[in-house]
Amino acid sequence: MTSAEPTLVEARGLVRSYGAVRALRGLDLTLAPGDVLLVLGPNGAGKTTLLRTLAGLLRPESGRVSVLGRTLTRDDPGARRPIGLLSHQSLLYDELTLSENLMLAGRLYDLPDLRARVEAALRQQGLQDRSDARPRQLSRGLLQRAAIARALLHDPRLLLLDEPFTGLDAVAGDRLRQLLGEHCTSERAMVIVTHHAAEAWDLANRVAVLVGGRWGYQAERPSDQAAFHLRYHELVHG
Amino acid sequence: MGRALRLALVIAAKDIRLELRSRTSLLSASVFAALVLIVFNFARDPTAVATVDLAPSVLWVTVSFAAVVAMNRAFTVERENAAFDGLLLAPVDREILYLGKFLANLAFVLVVEAIALPLFVLFFNIDLGGALPGLLITLLLATAGFVAVGTVFSAMVVRTRFAELMLPILLLPFMVPPLIFAVKISVLLLAGRPLSEVAEGLRFLAIYDVVFVTLSVLLFSAVVDE
Repeated sequence: MTSAEPTLVEARGLVRSYGAVRALRGLDLTLAPGDVLLVLGPNGAGKTTLLRTLAGLLRPESGRVSVLGRTLTRDDPGARRPIGLLSHQSLLYDELTLSENLMLAGRLYDLPDLRARVEAALRQQGLQDRSDARPRQLSRGLLQRAAIARALLHDPRLLLLDEPFTGLDAVAGDRLRQLLGEHCTSERAMVIVTHHAAEAWDLANRVAVLVGGRWGYQAERPSDQAAFHLRYHELVHG
Repeated sequence: MGRALRLALVIAAKDIRLELRSRTSLLSASVFAALVLIVFNFARDPTAVATVDLAPSVLWVTVSFAAVVAMNRAFTVERENAAFDGLLLAPVDREILYLGKFLANLAFVLVVEAIALPLFVLFFNIDLGGALPGLLITLLLATAGFVAVGTVFSAMVVRTRFAELMLPILLLPFMVPPLIFAVKISVLLLAGRPLSEVAEGLRFLAIYDVVFVTLSVLLFSAVVDE
């Protein structure tokens, strides 16, 4: 990132605990438009907590998160508008059809031309024939596609992805990688949290390793993935 | 204000649609209300206590327990697929989320009451006569008050292990004040007293509603934010 580029995300001094367990220990993070940050780390490193804090779903005990210059607070719901989240779960209601789920999401975001937008989102995911299906009727791969359609419906400038490739077969994984590659233009940024670097390595331009709630490593994506793999194991296992 | 109301109605309409599809909450609360009325009907000794003395208490016991059953589901539907995260993530004030959930819960409980009231009249052989308008106002005001509190507690307990047990334990103490007034008003109305004689009680219920809807709106954000 150069100084001329605006900051899309700025997080400073994030601290978050669950009882006696400190999940985040004073994390800083800055993302510029066009950044795709791959966040790696062992179980319990704080990856999901970081993602939920960046989404505004978890309040940090101290520190703050700003997206496009607006600090995420209870009193400024508009600050969450540029954020899209692809979580472990689909965020879809089982009793609503895919079309109804997306219409609901679109109404919450005040999206114009909503019906056409929903149809386009379903078509983009190859789900146009499933618009009347309920989420529980879908396979894991199709459900993930529906969740992606929901996450991208409002064209978020910051996309947060938590283990996006979990449960997908090779074809569905390739399809998701292609879609995310198309989504991340110079206007947007992405944070991808995963256990498996190889899944999203080619998408990322930055890589970070979270260990015990702190950054153990943050840099431009190394050209040699195998060498990074050794470094990762040193960081995580000591 | 227009946007806030529209979004609250979107959220309420979503809950109503979910309920119409699953029928879990309405059906169970309505059957529960009918069973309570049947039990009271057969358990009472009509020669010991006059129906008109007993009926108001039975009505409000039925309504309050059926309301708890109906409200238990308010946030459990949000747990499926972490759908509530989708609402919290949207650029919508927490107060609007609360209002939407409150309106949906109020609609559910009023529907249950609309089913329970004719059964109550039937089982207890009550002649509502001129008492009906006053009784409907009392039902609306008392229900709005405890649904306001119940919506917050329902959000609070949904993350606990024993949510369905916790809700009545937390909510029933807050239901006592409006229930006391609702029973007193109903006794007078069913005894054929005019509406003007229960105005004081109705005023208390209205004040309870204003106070607890306001407090609930203010508390909801702290309850749902992790």
